[in-house]
Amino acid sequence: MLLDLLLDTRPVAKDRPVTVPGDDLPAILTTPARLTHLQRLEAESIHIMREVAAQFQKPVMLYSVGKDSAVLLHLAMKAFHPSKPPFPLLHVDTTWKFREMIEFRDRTARDLGVDLMVHINRDGVRQGIGPFSHGSAVHTDVMKTQALKQALDAHGFDAAFGGARRDEEKSRAKERIFSFRTATHRWEPKNQRPELWSLYNGRIHKGESIRVFPLSNWTELDIWQYIHQEAIPVVPLYFARPRPVVERDGTLIMVDDDRLPLRPGEVPEMAWVRFRTLGCYPLTGAVRSTAATLPEIIREMLLSTSSERQGRVIDQDAAASMEAKKQEGYF
Amino acid sequence: MPKLLDPVAASADIAPSDIATEVQEYLARQNGKDLLRFITCGSVDDGKSTLIGRLLYDCKCLFEDQLASLEADSGRFGTAGAGQLDLALLVDGLAAEREQGITIDVAYRFFTTDRRKFIVADTPGHEQYTRNMVTGASTADAAVLLVDARKGVLTQTRRHSTIVSLLGVRHVVLAVNKMDAVGWDRETFERIAADYRVFAQRIGLDEVTCIPVSALTGDNVTKPSEHMGWYGGPTLLGHLESVDASAEEKLGAFRLAVQWVNRPNQDFRGFCGTVVGGPVRTGDDIAILPGGRTSRVARIVTMDGELETALPGQAVTLVLADEVDASRGDMIVAAAGRPEVADQFAAHVVWMDEQPLLPGRSYLLRAGTATVGAQVTELKHAINVNTQEHAAAKHLDLNDVGFCNLALDRLIPFDAYADSRETGSFILIDRLTNATAGCGMIRFPLRRASNIHRHASKLDRAARAGGLQKPCVLWFTGLSGSGKSSVADRLEQELHSLGRRTMILDGDNVRHGLNRDLGFTDEDRVENIRRVAEVAKLMVEAGLIVLVSFISPFREERRMARSLVEEGEFVEIFMDTPLEVCEARDPKGLYRKARAGQLPHFTGIDSAYEPPEAPEITLKGAEHGTDEMVAQVIGELRRRGVI
Repeated sequence: MLLDLLLDTRPVAKDRPVTVPGDDLPAILTTPARLTHLQRLEAESIHIMREVAAQFQKPVMLYSVGKDSAVLLHLAMKAFHPSKPPFPLLHVDTTWKFREMIEFRDRTARDLGVDLMVHINRDGVRQGIGPFSHGSAVHTDVMKTQALKQALDAHGFDAAFGGARRDEEKSRAKERIFSFRTATHRWEPKNQRPELWSLYNGRIHKGESIRVFPLSNWTELDIWQYIHQEAIPVVPLYFARPRPVVERDGTLIMVDDDRLPLRPGEVPEMAWVRFRTLGCYPLTGAVRSTAATLPEIIREMLLSTSSERQGRVIDQDAAASMEAKKQEGYF
Repeated sequence: MPKLLDPVAASADIAPSDIATEVQEYLARQNGKDLLRFITCGSVDDGKSTLIGRLLYDCKCLFEDQLASLEADSGRFGTAGAGQLDLALLVDGLAAEREQGITIDVAYRFFTTDRRKFIVADTPGHEQYTRNMVTGASTADAAVLLVDARKGVLTQTRRHSTIVSLLGVRHVVLAVNKMDAVGWDRETFERIAADYRVFAQRIGLDEVTCIPVSALTGDNVTKPSEHMGWYGGPTLLGHLESVDASAEEKLGAFRLAVQWVNRPNQDFRGFCGTVVGGPVRTGDDIAILPGGRTSRVARIVTMDGELETALPGQAVTLVLADEVDASRGDMIVAAAGRPEVADQFAAHVVWMDEQPLLPGRSYLLRAGTATVGAQVTELKHAINVNTQEHAAAKHLDLNDVGFCNLALDRLIPFDAYADSRETGSFILIDRLTNATAGCGMIRFPLRRASNIHRHASKLDRAARAGGLQKPCVLWFTGLSGSGKSSVADRLEQELHSLGRRTMILDGDNVRHGLNRDLGFTDEDRVENIRRVAEVAKLMVEAGLIVLVSFISPFREERRMARSLVEEGEFVEIFMDTPLEVCEARDPKGLYRKARAGQLPHFTGIDSAYEPPEAPEITLKGAEHGTDEMVAQVIGELRRRGVI
């Protein structure tokens, strides 16, 4: 059915405003008769971001360097134009991120002229916490969840944007756009504030906070489509090329640096792979692919038979694991 | 997703440029589709989650790994029978939900067909989670109400229908589910449909479509049923694909609630917000409400470039032609099509908090981007959502619906909810817990406020006090028998002997006169305090030191009393005497009666006392004598410059 759709060549209405150059006036855009699906999503996200800027003393945008963060940041640039976003970006660095992610992160912050903060759990580093020595559960808890809480507490952030979407995972599908957290960062799924119309209640007591999810109503396809439409830069790891990988327990792990302990008999092979989702390199599985351009990625995604979180070792730890992690303060 | 092709092989067949064109066209078509947001609701076990699972499954919106985990879960928690997929498990996301087999909170799901994109909110059926259903309904264009063909229209169905109607959901589908369990019987379906139509008409739901389905087998969900040849209407999905999602709001006139003022430098001042009601063009005449200043739209700014026209739903930044001031809470509107501006209105309220709504209590009201203090001044009636009957009510409990008059502490612009969901809706926030305690749909403004103007007096309170004293309220709060009245009496004598002008307001005495119509329920206690606080305020304006001796058990009302007078004019005195001591004293024999069950709603026994969090003075009634405590208060009053 999808291939039929792909091959369908019916004419389509233009979905991007057209720039009309004037002599000495700034360019004026013409507006279509009705908003496109992506324009609606974009407008909703911008509305949410402006509410946060107005309602909170000290918001922060969690920036994970992935494609959803890329869209989130792009929307923030739009929401406050011609001002810069009135909040910093915060990257919680587990020290096990792909090297390309770190390069991309620093370049993006520099190019856009936004304020980027990086937090590393120094206690965890001192204790030598890592995915191989301690397992993915401990590593994620210490270097991600605890690290995030440290950073939020240290700076007294009262609102934190995240790029989570409701289509990602079942417990996310239940989460509000303004999601209340107790002073100990806990999510109480059975006691969420009702959230009506576009009236977001951001009132909190000292120490409490709100996690905000402006991309709640976006799907994975919407994200890629928007990246394509807006030509938003993303980490090159999303595009296929030959990379050194080992296959371990059915997952393709990229050998990103010499910290990956090879098991007896394991020899890294060069394979055409790419990543559908990005996290810590030892916890993120690659997929075999030759999709090296955005249209190819989108096409591959449309034909895919597995969901994007499948590549994440973290969700497979235990049933209802995401809900448990979220209650503890994970994003 | 369909067609399980090997992606690598598939893309190898096609040249890259073809892929780019193909994908472009596909995306353009996706983007051209419109979006329908709908909710599903119904009683427990009517099969809502199963229905959504069925829609996702039949629309091929599930991936292999999701199906695999569904198979595993069906074995563990499934209720569909051995070897059957329990599709409800796709949507019940919280651990408690999966264990209990019920839906607690709204789950949002996304799926797409050839014709349309959908966001479906699966809302809980349990009465205790009604507020979560209201959350889902507030943004829905359509509602699918499920009934079990074996049970027909139940109380829950009627309640959900009432809420759907109140929240202005335009399209309603009655899906008569589990038709497989009644042998696909036509008469059963027609009887239920006829029943429901009569009810729907009564509550003002005009557009109702009834469809017989089986979520379990998929009949009439996405594919026409082979078992119900007698039914000639559309399938559920077919219907949802065709209902009019674009129906414009009735309003037709431009509004933009100012969210954030954009000032990157001295030369730029833009007002950020989302366009509602109608398009806005450069050059349009606008007014800024509630103030009423007028100007013109000079520029409509976005990062992609400037717009000539912005449509409803677009998030933009407006630059106005004149140097006029506007800030968050103001609304920029079409000068020729203005909303109402008032500080009193009538509205339907759905209450969503464990703490009941009490008339007279002050809440924060948020409408658009304005946040103001608000009270329900009159609870005209509660609506029995099961029978539609109107009943007198003194308060609204969790999940109750009422029709109320509200008074705000300043003017706000608004429209009737029937004309605009965005500018006719509000939420009520509890000032202490910050919970979203209620939501409301505005019906009409009340004009009574606009004809009453404050008279400005030439003499002020300081003049009336004649330099003798700084007028203030000494507010004694504490349990019955804690010693409030004894200390207040002695203190007043002391102040009198010092030549000060005083007045004492005692709970028992006032209840014999001004407040003799009030009892001891929570709502009457709130009104009791409101009146006394207003009287105390008048007396402060008269230049007096006012001693108020009331149990005043609720923090919120003491906060309200404090807010009526100026900063520094309210001295809260907490008689911190333990309950055991008060009960042992029992000067009026009231505790004995209360313990015997003859005195309901007695503070400390079966009605709560909320101790002050930061009183100006705390008196330890069990540890100190009256004279000692009076001296403590006098000392504090001197320190504060009251005397």
